[in-house]
This record gives sequence, structure tokens and C-alpha cells, in this order.
Amino acid sequence: MSSIGTGYDLSASQFSPDGRVFQVEYAQKAVENSGTAIGIRGKDGVVFGVEKLVTSKLYEAGANKRIFNIDRHLGAATAGLLADSRHMVERAREEASNYRSNYGSDIPIRHLVERVSMYVHAHTLYSSLRPFGVGMIVSSYVDNKPELYLIDPSGVSWGYNGCAAGKAKQNAKTEIEKLKMKDMTIRELVKEVAKIIYVVHDEVKDKAFELELSWVGEITGGKHQLVPKDVFIEAEKYAKDSLEESDDSEEEEI
Amino acid sequence: MEAFDSVHARPAPFWRNGPQPGGLYNFSNNSTTSRNTSESQRSAYPVVTGTSVLGLKFNGGVIIAADMLGSYGSLARFRNISRLNRVNDSTVIGCGGDYADYQFLKSVIEQRVIDEECLDDGFGFTPKSMFSWLTRVLYNRRSKFNPLWNVYVVAGLQDEEPFLGYIDKIGVAYESPSISSGFGSHIALPILREEMEKNPNMNEKDATELIQRCMKLLYYRDARSLNKYQYAVITKAGAKIHGPIVPESNWEIAHLIQGYE
Repeated sequence: MSSIGTGYDLSASQFSPDGRVFQVEYAQKAVENSGTAIGIRGKDGVVFGVEKLVTSKLYEAGANKRIFNIDRHLGAATAGLLADSRHMVERAREEASNYRSNYGSDIPIRHLVERVSMYVHAHTLYSSLRPFGVGMIVSSYVDNKPELYLIDPSGVSWGYNGCAAGKAKQNAKTEIEKLKMKDMTIRELVKEVAKIIYVVHDEVKDKAFELELSWVGEITGGKHQLVPKDVFIEAEKYAKDSLEESDDSEEEEI
Repeated sequence: MEAFDSVHARPAPFWRNGPQPGGLYNFSNNSTTSRNTSESQRSAYPVVTGTSVLGLKFNGGVIIAADMLGSYGSLARFRNISRLNRVNDSTVIGCGGDYADYQFLKSVIEQRVIDEECLDDGFGFTPKSMFSWLTRVLYNRRSKFNPLWNVYVVAGLQDEEPFLGYIDKIGVAYESPSISSGFGSHIALPILREEMEKNPNMNEKDATELIQRCMKLLYYRDARSLNKYQYAVITKAGAKIHGPIVPESNWEIAHLIQGYE
């Protein structure tokens, strides 16, 4: 990497001569080492999918979750360093709680994203701090409006119709672009999300993974929650079946 | 000699009786600036208050009731406020005493319930844990000589067993199959106890009727009460707050009672 040995990559508080902050770029690299997380905004809600890589068979099933509740109405899916993710989620929960105690209502997602991204951004300004190695996707469904945001380690945040972070974010984004998500319900999208996670998973480099699925929308009454067992099984089956189909058709071509 | 001295004495300094440089003026007659800020005000009396809360265990559940009046001294100031709080599917708390303190603690509890829900680990407040937590909070506050001026009645169902507990502003806490706070412990509690003795295996209907009878009685006898109340029943089916209920009252014989004016 061009940055190494130049001396401009040692601190998050220093620019390089061509105007970059290498520590922030390294943090973004850290996110790209992690399993993929995606979020898609449909017409009646948002769906999250996470490819949680399992690095040891000795881990308990369901450990180290990467989908979180920030408040009743807010969900987050993360890619990157898990400990950093948990800290960011904790901060987000504090902000949600603080907003409620001051204003007496649930925090609107854009306010939460604003507050959390300012916090993340503050960690790109000082030599004594390390930026967060986390890409955090946040969603809500309030007043019949689904919303989806992604916060980057640089502290930048955008709203999306569909977004991805982690290892296979490029592939995942290409897959998401194929969907007409604006016309789809989350009941339909949850299957597509599961499929995308299975499609972008690299069987060769990373063997074991657990799928995590959550949603927030009309069906859940505006609450963010992990998808129910039956929906999960159906979505996972749909994902596996469509993978097999594409394998079969590839073999035929050969 | 003296006159000479006074003529040649140095003029008085320009800055007299003022604060030190960088300090604040102290207007001695103004109580807000002369107050010693190291002292702090503590709660010394309740302001807007709720009266009695009744609670009763029955076979397979619990019922609690509280009227909807917020009294400002003897003035019936707020006549439609709820003093029952459904914490979750298995826990309800009822509150008497200072309404502002209740609102404060209620918002704390609501946030804690949300925090628990966010963890999504299958744990949450149970009646017993709610009771225990309230005990600690109230006892800590009284130990700082700054009590939350309330009585709390915690009702719920835990492991299919009914739970009913009482905590007051000094941290006194106990469990009992029938509970009343305030004026109700003079008027209603003896009746609750008597009925429970007669019928130790009350069902939901019996208990509800008994509580309704006691609420009506309290309306007749307690000058700080209102004929509008809510009651909550907690059973295996969940926790539900009923009401507001406005019972009929009859004051025809009131004119016969004399000598108390």
C-alpha cells in the first residue's frame, strides 16, 4: 500500500500530502474483512441480512450476533470489528434513551443517525483515538415510512434503498440493484435478502457461516425484530434452492 | 491635628464592597443569590397526591385498583390521571403519594423495560425483580434524606404464582395476600381481610366484585378520593388495565349525618 512507510498513516489527526486520512481508510479496510451485512428498503419496511462467519466449530450456535435492537423501533446490522460494533450500538441506545428523556417520544431515525455519525466522526479527528472499524446499517419504519441508513467509519452517513457492507459488498450491491425493491413487501424481500447472502458467500475462503435475518415494518407493527422461525426457515430454503438451481444450470452449460 | 489628617488622608478606593475580580456580585437582600449553593433542597412534602391503592390476590391472579384523582392539598385538582402502570405482560404497579415523583420513576421504568427488550435475551422485569428494584431505589433515596414521596403496590404473576408487594417512601417493604396504602388501610383493608378469611379461595369474579365494593366505600369515606377508578387484573392470560369506571353513588342519607361540620 502506498501509505506504508510514508509516516502519514500513523495518526487519524493528520492528512497525507494528497489529502487523505489513511487511518480512516484502514478502518474501512477492517470493515471489508468481515462477513457481509445488507439492508434493503421495501414498500412496507426494511429487511436486514448478515453473513456471520463462524471461525471455530467450538462456538455455540447463535453466539456473537451482529443484528441489534437500538430501540423498539430501530434496528442495526453491522459489519467490521464486533467489539467496536457493540460499543457503537451501546452509544446509539444511549442517544435513543437520551432523546426520549428530553422529548418524550421515540427518536426519529435521522436524528439518531446524525448523533451516532457525529460520534464516529469525532474518532477521526484526534491522534489519541482510533476510528471505528464498523459499517453500521440502521433502519426504522415510522408513520408508514421505511428508512435505511449506513454509517461509515469516516462518520459519513447516507440514506439508501439498498446497501451493503463487508467482504462481498460489491457483489451484494450488484445483486440488490437487480431487485425492484420499491414495489416489494418485506415478506418477499426477506427471501431475496437470504438469497443474496447465500449467493455472495465465498464457499472456498470462508466455510462456515450463520445467516441472520431481521426486519422492521408493517408486519411487525413498527418494531424491529429478528424474523420469526417459520419465515427464517422458508427464506433460507428459498436461498439454498435457488443456489442449487443455478449450480445445475451451470453444469448443463458445461 | 485630626482635621489635618482627615484632609490629607488618601481618597477612598474606587472599588468598594464589590466582588473580587472575576467574582459575582452578592446582593445581600436577594435570597436567590445569597443562598449557600452547597446546600440543596430535598423533597420535604408531596404536592399533587394520589390516595389509596388496593391490591388483592385471588386464585390464579392478582387485582389492584387506584382512583384517578390527583389532589392538590384538599383541592381535587386533576380528575383524570392514571395511577396504574402496566410494566409488562406479567407486572403492574400502582402508586399513591406524590404524582410528580411517580411520573419520574415511571419514565425510568419504561426506559429500563425498553433496554431489557433490546437485549432480546428472553429476560425482563418480573414482579419480584420489579419489587426488589423499587425497594432499593426508595430505600436509597430515603437514605439520602431525599425520598420519592410514594407508596408503590407491585402486582403480578411469576412462575404461575400471584405476587403482591408494598413499598413506601422510607423503603419499608412487605408482601401480603391483601394490601392497601394510605386511608384505605383503615377503611378497606379490614374488609379485604375479612372477606379473604371467609373465602380463602376467591376467583377472579369474587375478587373483582370485592375490590369494586371497596373502591366505592373509599369514595364515600375518603375525602381525597374520586368516583372514577381503574383496576388491573393480572392472570395467566396477561395483564390488563380496566376502566375508567364510574360507579353510581347515593348520598340520600348524607343530610342525616350531622355534627362533623
